[in-house]
Amino acid sequence: MSTPGQRVDARDRSASWKLRDRAGLGFAWFLGLLFCAIAASIVIYLLVQGLRYVRPELFVTQPAAGFTESSTGGFLDPLLGTFIVGLMAMAIAFPVGLGIGVWLSEYGRPFPLARAAEACVEMLAGLPSIVLALFGTLIFQSPALGFLSRQVGNGLVFGRSFFAAATMLSFIALPLVVASVREGLQAIPGHVREASYAVGKTRIATTRRVLLPAARPSVITGLMLGFGRVIGDTAIIVVLLGATLRFDGVGGVPVLGTLRGTGSTLTTYVFDNAPTGEGNQPTKAYAAAFVLLMIVLALNVGADIFTRKGRALRWST
Amino acid sequence: MAAAPHFWETDLHGASDRRAELTLGALVGAVVLVVVAMLVFVLREAWPSFAHNGLSWFGGGGRVDAQMQAIFTSGDLNQAYVYTLHAWPLIWSTLLITGGAVLIAFVCSLFIAVFIVEFAPEWMRRLLEPVVRLLASVPSVIYGLLGVLVVVPFIGNHLISEHSKASVAYIISLSGYSLLAAVLILTVMISPIMISIFVDGLRAVPRGWLEGSLALGINSWRTFWKIGVRTARPVLVAGTVLAVARALGEVVMLAMVSGSVGFAPNPGDGLVFFVEPSRPLAATILKYTEELTSPPMRHTLFAIAAVLLFSAAMLSFTGWAIKQPIKRYGVRA
Repeated sequence: MSTPGQRVDARDRSASWKLRDRAGLGFAWFLGLLFCAIAASIVIYLLVQGLRYVRPELFVTQPAAGFTESSTGGFLDPLLGTFIVGLMAMAIAFPVGLGIGVWLSEYGRPFPLARAAEACVEMLAGLPSIVLALFGTLIFQSPALGFLSRQVGNGLVFGRSFFAAATMLSFIALPLVVASVREGLQAIPGHVREASYAVGKTRIATTRRVLLPAARPSVITGLMLGFGRVIGDTAIIVVLLGATLRFDGVGGVPVLGTLRGTGSTLTTYVFDNAPTGEGNQPTKAYAAAFVLLMIVLALNVGADIFTRKGRALRWST
Repeated sequence: MAAAPHFWETDLHGASDRRAELTLGALVGAVVLVVVAMLVFVLREAWPSFAHNGLSWFGGGGRVDAQMQAIFTSGDLNQAYVYTLHAWPLIWSTLLITGGAVLIAFVCSLFIAVFIVEFAPEWMRRLLEPVVRLLASVPSVIYGLLGVLVVVPFIGNHLISEHSKASVAYIISLSGYSLLAAVLILTVMISPIMISIFVDGLRAVPRGWLEGSLALGINSWRTFWKIGVRTARPVLVAGTVLAVARALGEVVMLAMVSGSVGFAPNPGDGLVFFVEPSRPLAATILKYTEELTSPPMRHTLFAIAAVLLFSAAMLSFTGWAIKQPIKRYGVRA
């Protein structure tokens, strides 16, 4: 097997190729540069617009209903909502994803269950988030789960809360976490496990003490990618969090009340403030989009660093 | 030989290991159950809409927005429920936008993947890989915002003439919210997925096969297309399938950019066809989520969700079936 670095081959120069082949290579160059240009223009455009419209007070003022730029406030609540919903979703998706990844990689019996689990995770990865959102309304509007959201007197359950949104969002992050955990575990050669078994450790002890620490960079990568995916979602937030301007808590308990109530995140804030939305304050939308993009990019850079760390850890085989 | 462990130790270890296995297995089983429950519940909620319409659900006829309005009102006012829906304009819009974007993205992604794997100089490769990851990670609402504030006005002001606006004015107003905008932005959104999968597949092509062709004096461009790309064909299909799934499920960007009108763009209109507005299935659900309180509307929206769910399930099954022969080559996709 060869790695890119070893590729020392008797490469012919493209000057000797036929015109059609050279045109093809030129097209590839064009597309490559075009993609770089698109990415650069997205980032630079949002950077320019963001720096024009982001003001410190936007981060600390609550949004308000209004028709002018000065009366609509900032995006304190959506910003907090983004982190709350992201953390809650990952608090569910991470342990579950870790468990599934470990089970699929280290146990995997009975085989039919493993096959079914793989199929389910794969399907979740390709599932439109709006379908998950609709399914969420079915679950969280059932009276039995009324304590997780707002309940009206006659037994009607509102079904929109941080709990509902975070639970369904965790399904979006799940495939990413499972894939990274499995990838990390499978990259560890078999002799590491055998060495651990040979000194009398059980499989679960091996997994906890030897394999998971070794796979940590890859697990953290999955965590970050999952978080990025969760805070980038809009459909589930609109349907299950209500996308209200401010946190609209239920009951008197401080934290629990907020989590049982509705709110919004940066994505729905951008969605509402785009010209197609109800708020229609494009400058606010640009500012929020800029902040959102920066968060997502930071997460990706973080994931990148941990991926590199994982690669730096080489096993002699 | 080391002393054998005492029997209670082995038993203890064995029991804790089995307990861990069972716990994890139960967790996995629970997630599988939730997914199965989702299939069942969504289909059950969707059933009335399909049962009332039969196959004409997928057909055309009438104005779809007016039908949705009638469905909502009938439930809201406690009248006899109306279910009549001919969803063809929504399906047609989904097919056009998904098909167009996947087609363009496939060609672009294949060229870029080949370029990254084989022909790009080192600095270009170092630049392209993070660029692809960046484009993949931008949230779709940001694509939507840029679409609404940049792409749509551009199309509306520069690509649509007053004449073409007048030519279809009695049916639909052209303002830049269009198939073209939707397809272009969706292409940028799904290409990164395709590129990263294609690159993995192309990298795994055995080096010797390529060198065999090079040794025969065939230039490296032709070699890579004839040998490398052909060997990686299953991976190309698998990546495309994933990209189709992503495109079908794209909600927010399309809801913002596509025009959100239940209109079936007509290829007979000539070039105007590309700038006609429409609204795909997933965006339809988002548009009407406020109306879930009306029972027939809820069943109708779940019917749309069921169509999407079925497509997603079929696509992931196709992806799985295609991956089977790849494993023979030792390629992991």
